[in-house]
Amino acid sequence: MEFLPQIAFLIIVATASFFLYKRITRIRMNIFLGKPSGRTDRTSERWKTMLLVAFGQQKMFKRIIPAFLHFLIYAGFLVINLEVLEFVIDGLAGTHRIFAPYLGDFYTVLINVFEFLAVAVLFSCFAFLIRRNVMKIKRFSGEEMRKWPTLDANLILVIEIILMFAILTMNATDMLIQGQDDHYAQTGTFFFSSFLIPLFEGMSVSTLIFVERFAWWFHIVGILGFAIYVTYSKHLHIAMAFPNTWYSNLEEKGKIENMPVVTNEVKMMLGMPAEGSNEPPAEIARFGAKDVNDLSWVNIMNAYSCTECGRCTSQCPANMTGKKLSPRKIMMATRDRAEEVGASLAKGGKGLEDGKSLLGDYITKEEINACTSCNACVEACPINIDPLSIILEMRRYVSMEESAAPASWNGMFQNIETSFSPWKFAPTDRFNWAEDLNKESK
Amino acid sequence: MSDQQLSVPTMAQMTAKGESPEVLFWVGCAGSFDDRYKKVTLAFIKILNKVGISYAVLGEEETCTGDPARRAGNEFLFQMQAIANIQVLDGYNVKKIVTACPHCFNTLKNEYPELGGNYEVIHHSTFLQQLINEGKVGLKGGGEFKGKKITYHDSCYLGRANNIYDAPREVLEALDAELVEMKRCRTKGLCCGAGGAQMFKDAEPGDKEVNIERTEEALDTGANIIAAGCPFCMTMMRDGVKSKEKEDTVAVMDLAELIAKNEGL
Ligand code: SF4
Ligand code: SF4
Repeated sequence: MEFLPQIAFLIIVATASFFLYKRITRIRMNIFLGKPSGRTDRTSERWKTMLLVAFGQQKMFKRIIPAFLHFLIYAGFLVINLEVLEFVIDGLAGTHRIFAPYLGDFYTVLINVFEFLAVAVLFSCFAFLIRRNVMKIKRFSGEEMRKWPTLDANLILVIEIILMFAILTMNATDMLIQGQDDHYAQTGTFFFSSFLIPLFEGMSVSTLIFVERFAWWFHIVGILGFAIYVTYSKHLHIAMAFPNTWYSNLEEKGKIENMPVVTNEVKMMLGMPAEGSNEPPAEIARFGAKDVNDLSWVNIMNAYSCTECGRCTSQCPANMTGKKLSPRKIMMATRDRAEEVGASLAKGGKGLEDGKSLLGDYITKEEINACTSCNACVEACPINIDPLSIILEMRRYVSMEESAAPASWNGMFQNIETSFSPWKFAPTDRFNWAEDLNKESK
Repeated sequence: MSDQQLSVPTMAQMTAKGESPEVLFWVGCAGSFDDRYKKVTLAFIKILNKVGISYAVLGEEETCTGDPARRAGNEFLFQMQAIANIQVLDGYNVKKIVTACPHCFNTLKNEYPELGGNYEVIHHSTFLQQLINEGKVGLKGGGEFKGKKITYHDSCYLGRANNIYDAPREVLEALDAELVEMKRCRTKGLCCGAGGAQMFKDAEPGDKEVNIERTEEALDTGANIIAAGCPFCMTMMRDGVKSKEKEDTVAVMDLAELIAKNEGL
């Protein structure tokens, strides 16, 4: 029975890995419901963008308070993961604090650093809970933030708090046990967890061992559970922010992506030689986007990366003047729809053919029509998400496939077609302004 | 100024004479038809004449760049316009284009190359900034605008879309005026509400118009002049100022108009 904990550990890790693997595969499939993107050029610029924006948190620092708090959690997350490595080795090998004898005094320093970060994470998580629930910061509310998104945000913070307390409890009890049970290595004093020692003093060694083991198991199982939970949560950004920034749009923000299929048709209409015009026309499923599969996979990856922070929506002129449009909601709807389609396909269901679609069932025309294409959302997003691109693709669908653009836009189209100006003026009057100039000079 | 200096040369005339101008002034639909923005066109023409740059316009041969069509989702119409315009531009062997409209600027500069139209495109704010740097206009000291409070409204299609934030401000600084920034400026600038083809339809239901929100912010600075570098922004801000009944005390002016006035043109 000596190996029982190790076997249990192995089973838990294996089960968690299995679920994690399945979830990652599913998300990958959902993302690749989208069309190819071609964003593999300019690789050195892409690495640089990723390093600056995701790793270096560049855009976060536009708002200094949340940036600072977020940075503490982020640094804590990166560094405390090193400790998890020891957890896994200990769990599999049945050892206890395997690094301690090798690292000696340095181990004490290292764990003290971890503890400092754990406390920093605790501090930030409490601060974030207060910002969300007491200070009622406006961008955390909004139509799309009811129920699950709000619960999700709070759950993440609470789970992180509990996990950090587990580490500190474990270290505190460990210090008390050391010297009483020789399985427990001498580690020196840990500054922060020492403050918890009074809670446990006077307990018997066996109780202490129980508490220490409980905290240990709780922490590692908690982390594994959290890892799975993250894949269902906006917290997925901890992983997705990296690829998401790598595949950033590197063009000028004002540039709308071209549609080469249209170019070919237009050139043929104008009697110009079109590229590849001898080849049979490529199969065009649809102009613009009605559903997630009409978007590019980068659009869907954007949706899976969205942290629901609402910086986009808080800068959106349409949203701030009470219109229905919220760029954050565009991203959340895209993710929800991709999840729905993916879940249906996995069950052998109808998938995209379920009679629903992103435009219509998740996002309304009223929303997309309100966008001024001002790029404030794109600029505001700390991880380079582009809600505007989805909005424009849906406008293309409405305009070209359904011919259902708002009436005054159709009028504008007609004016351009017939008078070559969005306003109904005679093309021959276009140069009349110069007459005024001549008059004026006389 | 004599008539001769002021008659505006067209590409067709120039080509007939066997000349080719250094730069094409792309007037844009607003600059050609909008009564208010026609004044900006004229102001810019006066500046071009004054500094003696060889330029021409397309006149009746110019047509909409297609920007509002593309942004409203009509890619066919956009490309029809773009390809037709490129044929005209290439026909005249145009190399360099200056325009006072950020929407034309953005489309010509960023969206035409993929359809085969490659030109050096500059917005008139950058162009004016260059003239100032070269000492050709501006900085008379104690001019018309000395000590006046001016606030600049960032056009989305210049700022966020193309990262042009400094040129318009440097133009204003050359006026020796007091430049006051709005709360939301530069990367955080607030849209006037007209971009993305919104100019051509009513806003969706909401509790406020975007231009009112923006105008309130501009008025909060206490500026006497709201400077703009975009025909749509100008219309929206003017409407906003009117609805606040401030048109007697607060003027909405284009960068080119400010420079022209400062030069006594
Ligand atoms: S681009 Fe559209 S969605 Fe984004 S902030 Fe501007 S108006 Fe809102
Ligand atoms: S799109 Fe970006 S800015 Fe908007 S909520 Fe998501 S993460 Fe935040």
